[in-house]
Amino acid sequence: MPPIDATLLAAGAWIAVGCCGVAFPRSPAFAGRVLYPAGAAIGLALAAIALAGLFQAPSARVLPLGLPDLPFHARLDALSAFFLLLLGGVAAGVSVFASGYMRGAPSGGLVCLCYHLFLASMALVLVADDAYFFMVAWEAMALSSFFLVTRDHRHAEIRRAGYLYILIAHIGAISILLCFGALQAGTGDYSFEAMRALQAPPGWATLAFLLALAGFGAKAGIVPLHVWLPEAHPAAPSPVSALLSAVMLKTAVYGMLRVTLDLIGFPVWWWGVIALAVGLASALFGIIFAAVQTDMKRLLAYSSIENIGLIVAGFGLTLLFRGFGMGALAALALTATLYHCLNHAFFKSLLFLATGSVLHATGERSLGRLGGLIHRMPWVAWCALIGTVAIAGLPPLNGFVSEWLLLQAFLFTPGLPQGYVNMLVPVAAAAVALTAALSGYVMVKFFGIVFLGQPRDPSLAQAHDAGPWEKAGLVWLSAVCIALGLAPRLVIGMLEPITRQLTGYVISGEGRSWLFLAPIEPGRASYSPLLFLAVASLLIAAAWLVVRAFYHGRARRAPAWDCGFPWQGARMQDSAEGFGQPVKVVFQPAFRIEGEAPAPRDSRPRYRESAEDRFWFWLYLPLARLTERVTALVTVLQRGRISVYLMYSFATLLVLLFFVR
Amino acid sequence: MNLAGAAAQFTELMLALLLAPLLTGWVNQCRAWLQNRSAPGLLQPYRVLAKLFDKEVVLAHNASPLFRTAPYLIFGCLALAAAIVPTLATGLPLNAAADAIALVGLLALARFFIALAGMDVGTAFGTLGARREMMVGFLAEPALLMVLFTASLISQSSSLSTIVDALGHREFAIYPSMAFAGVAFTMVSLAENARIPVDNPATHLELTMIHEAMVLEYSGRHLAMIEWAASLKLFVYSCIGLALFFPFGIAQGGDWLGIVLALPGLLVKLALGGAALALIEMMSAKMRIFRAPEFLGTAFLLAVLAMLVHVLLEG
Repeated sequence: MPPIDATLLAAGAWIAVGCCGVAFPRSPAFAGRVLYPAGAAIGLALAAIALAGLFQAPSARVLPLGLPDLPFHARLDALSAFFLLLLGGVAAGVSVFASGYMRGAPSGGLVCLCYHLFLASMALVLVADDAYFFMVAWEAMALSSFFLVTRDHRHAEIRRAGYLYILIAHIGAISILLCFGALQAGTGDYSFEAMRALQAPPGWATLAFLLALAGFGAKAGIVPLHVWLPEAHPAAPSPVSALLSAVMLKTAVYGMLRVTLDLIGFPVWWWGVIALAVGLASALFGIIFAAVQTDMKRLLAYSSIENIGLIVAGFGLTLLFRGFGMGALAALALTATLYHCLNHAFFKSLLFLATGSVLHATGERSLGRLGGLIHRMPWVAWCALIGTVAIAGLPPLNGFVSEWLLLQAFLFTPGLPQGYVNMLVPVAAAAVALTAALSGYVMVKFFGIVFLGQPRDPSLAQAHDAGPWEKAGLVWLSAVCIALGLAPRLVIGMLEPITRQLTGYVISGEGRSWLFLAPIEPGRASYSPLLFLAVASLLIAAAWLVVRAFYHGRARRAPAWDCGFPWQGARMQDSAEGFGQPVKVVFQPAFRIEGEAPAPRDSRPRYRESAEDRFWFWLYLPLARLTERVTALVTVLQRGRISVYLMYSFATLLVLLFFVR
Repeated sequence: MNLAGAAAQFTELMLALLLAPLLTGWVNQCRAWLQNRSAPGLLQPYRVLAKLFDKEVVLAHNASPLFRTAPYLIFGCLALAAAIVPTLATGLPLNAAADAIALVGLLALARFFIALAGMDVGTAFGTLGARREMMVGFLAEPALLMVLFTASLISQSSSLSTIVDALGHREFAIYPSMAFAGVAFTMVSLAENARIPVDNPATHLELTMIHEAMVLEYSGRHLAMIEWAASLKLFVYSCIGLALFFPFGIAQGGDWLGIVLALPGLLVKLALGGAALALIEMMSAKMRIFRAPEFLGTAFLLAVLAMLVHVLLEG
């Protein structure tokens, strides 16, 4: 069976599983025990299919669905296969976790339906081969995820988050629709095949690129279209947050790559500068805001903005190199981009699921009431530690590999023929380095406050570790994070068909053994995570053994020392606000800070401080006011009397008659 | 990977492990001389380590396994860093396993775990120290990376070994970018090694300290590992500085004669570097903690300027 048929079959199977959920709405345990594991199995199967499809020639299929003269075209090439692999791998872990997490959840049947429709529509977005099918799948994805985000619609703020999400999703969708309109360049043929063959005029191509960047950027959450992301991701149930952040944002990246590098085909170099600037701005913005969050899921959502920013920056670098005709370097930047997509999908879903387990066990999302959970929830804590090390971009895990590749791409840049662009590169590299270092700060805050220290709330003593299904999901995702970090050559081998398809080059450095990651020229840079890990473990083990062999291993338990201060309450630890304070001070202009401090003799002191997003006040609220004013003008027409409305129709008729005559 | 290379690598690592406390002792000695005090002796850090290893470990009731493993992890990370940086010879086996970016990553990994360990017991000082350490880190780490990038751009490689070969065996030329990078690197190393003007290694005044606050709960052999790791960190930073700015005399490959000849050179350079560090510390006053971001921000800007200068003038 060609891989495209198998993929469509898998998507169909997901839809069928979802429908079973509605067919048996009365037994949520059935959904937990049978349907979600089935969904996970389909995810694994899809990953296997995609892995096979990655190395095969593109296969296409025309589906007898859709409008009479406009059938759906589906096609699977290396780029689609890579993103399907990501979808399948993440979905397997998340669904296994969900089978424990969703058990006993209210309205389980409908959630099960939406969840599987969401998965299936993401798969269909990735294989769509004409604009019509793409938009149908894209909207199905937006709507199914909207219903998942607003599952707890009885809370006003969740309804608000859902509204904001669907609003920006549709602004993005309009932009994408117009982008396809620009791409068909008046031929009226909306299949991707035709767009690929067509050499669009430069003006139209630029317009299409800008529309694609805005449209897909709205879905990916790049600044300034990010405002929905920190609202919608925390509102959703944790497995859904994981899918939103890990996979749905990647479908937007897929769209950018598909439109720019495949459908347009020949980017202009300054498009890359735009994407690079937007990406780096998003990355810095996201991580600075992540550092001051006090809600653990919001913190992770802002960190998603950061990671997407890095991905878009890598995409911009790819365009820059491609625009200057430097194919091998474009391949390097593209590899870094795709590698980071894969990494972010796995470690971010891992962390979102870990917050789900914490939420499940404690009912608490606010960092200010957590703490010390490493004792109560060791499995979750150690898995989350792997995720935090990975996301902080530390060796030898996977986040470091993609960061390394991206920085290498920057180091190669000074050969560009444009002097001004050469000047920009050091600044851009510095921004990437600063972002990476800040993500370490944020992750110490996240892990340290949730899992270490003393419990900040007495009720945490009753917290229990995750159930077996949840553990299985967490362990699967952690294992993939480790594997992606230790075997970069295998992953890069997987990415070769894509870089060859989109840039015409591959980056595998010849001349070194398989242990070493050495892109383009082995002499310039190399990194070997396995050797790195082996030597580090050897040194750690040797240190431990030597200390054990030569000294006594006595240890005594006593109250904490703390400079001899005997009264230690949990409230004396840093709060989430306190840990974010240095970032708030250093990057003060980025925030809109409001707060009140009590007077010295206040008998009931209250402290309040909030750091808010300036975009909201500079861009969104004025826009909202403008919209309201315009609509207020239109409401003048609404008189509420039927005679007036009849008069409108009569006047319209007269005007039309005047024109038609 | 040949046997001679591995042996040279092992020698370099062992030398770093054994010499690191001596360097700390030497810096303290110089400080004492400059302050007109009588010094505790060059070997004092070794005596402190021996004493700490013999002492019993006292753990807080709620210390987690992370707290107990962190000292070994940190020590292992810094030992590996010491092995990666070319001190005596270039072209050793581990040089290909990790380049300059991986070295920065490795130092960040050590910082990540020491900060987590500081937060583990949940005392006021521990979390305060962890937060401050990470604050210093998030500005110092990119600055260090940019310094290394400047050197990488000059030598067209991010491998430390190649950088040292390129910088050490070139025609004599003045690189204005390296001057900027040198200033930035000095500022970063002062901050990263908890030195005046950012932190004071000799103080136990709670409100001024960063590093000491973070490791306050450690005792016995765990504290010994951490102290040793801190010495190693100073050694690693000194060696990075020597490799980048004074790369003369470092042998190429597993050449035994070269290594034997490089050793006295290294010792002299380290002694001078340590004395210079003591002098800088003597001449500056400790800053308030919220001046530290300005100090490090300056270092970061200088490092970026170094890259710009390279692209503009030397490219």
